[in-house]
Amino acid sequence: MPAAGSSRPRPIKTKGETMLDRTSAWHGEYILEVDNITKEFPGVKALDGVQLKIRPGTVHALMGENGAGKSTLMKIIAGVYTPDGGEVRFAGQPLDVRTPLDALNSGIAMIHQELNLMNWMTVAENIWIRREPLNRLGLVDHGRMRQMTAELLGRLNIRLDPDQQVGELTVAQKQMVEIAKAVSYNSDVLIMDEPTSAITEAEVEHLFAIIRDLKSRGIGIVYITHKMNELFEIADEFTVFRDGKYVGTHPSADVTRDDIIRMMVGREITEMFPKIDCEIGETVLEVRNLTLPGVFHDVSFQVRAGEILGIAGLVGSKRSNVAEAIFGVHPAPIGDILIDGRHVQITCPSDAMGHGMAFLTEDRKESGCFLILDCLENIQSALITRSHVKNGFIDLRTVAAKAEEMAATLRIKTPSLRETVENLSGGNQQKLLIARWLLTEPRILILDEPTRGIDVGAKAEIHRLITKLAAQGVAVIMISSEMPEVLGMSDRIMVMHEGHVSGFLDRAEADQVKIMSLAAK
Amino acid sequence: MSDASMAAAPRRHRPMMAELNILLVLVGISLTFEILGWIMQGQSFLGNWQRLSIMILQVSVVGIIAIGVTQVIISGGIDLSSGSIVGATAMISMSLAQAAGYERAIYPDLTGLPVVVPLLAGLLFGLLCGTINGVLIAYTRIPPFIATLGMMVTARGFAKWYTKGQPISFPSDSFAAIGKGMMPVFIFLVVALIFHVALKYTRYGKFTYAIGANPQAARVSGINVERQLVRIYAIAGLLSALAGIVVAARGLTAQAGMGTMYELDAIAMAVIGGVSLTGGRGSILGTMIGMVIFGVIISGFTFLRLDAYYQEMIKGVIIVAAVVADVYRQKKRKKA
Ligand SMILES: Nc1ncnc2c1ncn2[C@@H]1O[C@H](COP(=O)(O)OP(=O)(O)OP(=O)(O)O)[C@@H](O)[C@H]1O
Ligand SMILES: [Mg+2]
Repeated sequence: MPAAGSSRPRPIKTKGETMLDRTSAWHGEYILEVDNITKEFPGVKALDGVQLKIRPGTVHALMGENGAGKSTLMKIIAGVYTPDGGEVRFAGQPLDVRTPLDALNSGIAMIHQELNLMNWMTVAENIWIRREPLNRLGLVDHGRMRQMTAELLGRLNIRLDPDQQVGELTVAQKQMVEIAKAVSYNSDVLIMDEPTSAITEAEVEHLFAIIRDLKSRGIGIVYITHKMNELFEIADEFTVFRDGKYVGTHPSADVTRDDIIRMMVGREITEMFPKIDCEIGETVLEVRNLTLPGVFHDVSFQVRAGEILGIAGLVGSKRSNVAEAIFGVHPAPIGDILIDGRHVQITCPSDAMGHGMAFLTEDRKESGCFLILDCLENIQSALITRSHVKNGFIDLRTVAAKAEEMAATLRIKTPSLRETVENLSGGNQQKLLIARWLLTEPRILILDEPTRGIDVGAKAEIHRLITKLAAQGVAVIMISSEMPEVLGMSDRIMVMHEGHVSGFLDRAEADQVKIMSLAAK
Repeated sequence: MSDASMAAAPRRHRPMMAELNILLVLVGISLTFEILGWIMQGQSFLGNWQRLSIMILQVSVVGIIAIGVTQVIISGGIDLSSGSIVGATAMISMSLAQAAGYERAIYPDLTGLPVVVPLLAGLLFGLLCGTINGVLIAYTRIPPFIATLGMMVTARGFAKWYTKGQPISFPSDSFAAIGKGMMPVFIFLVVALIFHVALKYTRYGKFTYAIGANPQAARVSGINVERQLVRIYAIAGLLSALAGIVVAARGLTAQAGMGTMYELDAIAMAVIGGVSLTGGRGSILGTMIGMVIFGVIISGFTFLRLDAYYQEMIKGVIIVAAVVADVYRQKKRKKA
């Protein structure tokens, strides 16, 4: 990363300078102060008099379980929601933001938890939207926009073509575009809501380098994550919320992991990866020389009953494409898929489900949730094609009962299962999808980033469930970018690199270094 | 480290590709008529300048509407009210454009007015209708389909009420000049050029694409989505009104039923031209090619002396085929 120049380029401020410049006499301790903020949604008190104080030039982590109200507070600060009560002060002065534009103009930028990009537009257009450089005629200067993008991406070490359409990027690359866009605002406060949930360790390091650079320029960063190790690596301070209430703020050097978890959850969580070695049976799924030309090549592996096969790899390793191909999302890959030793033809997902497969996809917003339907309808959607159908009608009562039970096990936080899924917090949406697939009682369970955006407590719960399913003889394939998860949960680990299998590791021999060397070879 | 992180090699996408595909379709259809022309009529289809200019003239009025509709569809919406606005505007402007001294004029005291009066009145009326569409869509969040359907019925009702169904004729010469000769084509070309630039090279255009691609992203990027939507629909109304004025001026008469079905023809031109009904994609250039395809089909069938009924049926088939092609293109890109 190039050293930060003393002159921060500010080509993009459209209306005047930021608040910070206007109040140059300000020498307070906190750049952003949140005081006694309250926000209620129908049926939920999302925030109940919370506070948060951000110092300039520091990273402040905001922690809390799924549905604790973290994103809600950030959206209030960024002008997406208006609070019911309380005050936000910026550089010592009360801040009245009513729209995202107000927030941006005052010097507050945010990376939202869910991707907010325009798929059919280029990387450059996405980054500079509303701030396009204009030429003397008042027309958009595409040449300069491209150049500004190239400079920005170069400064951040992000290798992307400014002219590429965002819709063609991988989820991780899209996340990097979001990061670049947020940085481009040159804001005084930068909010990052789970920026690492969709990227792998290499990119996390990359992001941290960017964050350290921003920090050195005096920017206050609010950082939301469920990954404890990140907290200790990057955060100077942290604040914990629980159920919409403020619990406390501490320097991160003063506490241990367990302290934080106790603050977040209000109870002890002992075992993180409750893996039990269970009896491994016959091969259930076998894949031979699976190839999708131009995407992945010669992928072969087997998964046995009771076995958890972890798949590790960097972004671009095409792990998700393999899973999608097996599940019939991509039409007709070349190669053989055998279930119980017999060749099967899988041309669409319902074929796959007919063979007892379940597939939790990577992108919950695009290929997971039906956002405008309610929780129960979301859970049902996978059941309709399988059991629980009597005389052509879904047996709603049984489904509802099972869904309630699963929701309780996974601690899905929602006023009721009749709540629209769009209104659930990100982590709770993820839990809902897991509930959906678990209720299909699969024999082969394919999980792509199963605990993305899920809090520690629920994570342990989900890991326990996966283990339990394996113990019941389910064959599990788990794609994960989280090293501890792959190492902690898998019986065997398959590592992929750019569309090829680069090796297998047994549970006993696997460690982070071995995986990384296979993944990046 | 960043090498590994961004390993997937970016493949450049050429935005011109979509338009190129449509152009090929146009060439294919034209050549088909050319060949059929030699076989069935013993003469060239394309080698007749007069035929071609009539063809363009026929579609350019709807073309003006299609320009407005293009930006509406790119923003993720739809406008069903254009045809009715054409009818209502034709009535209003013609009633203020009647030649001096015509004793059976609608407003006997208001004959022989300068041409700007009917022109401005018509355009303002269209702007008003479009603004109402936009406000309804942006602030009450009712679907564009419903809001503009309401306007479609209301504006058509207004047109019929205006003279209790009577046609209006005898415009002043200066008003009639708006529709004379190749004037409609000229007006279309000016409008098309303005909006080609607006959509490609101004923030107005970028906002339109952004809203169509992802309204939430547009909002958190600081775009005032509501205001932009109002602008988009207002301009669509304005262009429909312009088309209404041109139609009336050319026909030297205005009738309440003018412009019926124009909204669908305009949508069809845009869709054939590669404007995606899901929003976020399309271009004025595409719509222009779509418009020419439309014209070629109409004049081609006339040229071959085939029944007009075939025209309509083929038109329907082509619209559906265009959408199928669009869906197929999207799928192919997703996979890559
Ligand atoms: N627009 C909304 N309408 C109704 N309820 C909402 C809305 N947004 C959030 N909520 C509710 O408010 C609570 C807090 O949600 P929030 O998204 O802030 O949680 P979070 O701490 O960010 O959780 P996660 O870690 O899962 O992202 C949740 O119970 C959620 O269901
Ligand atoms: Mg959240």
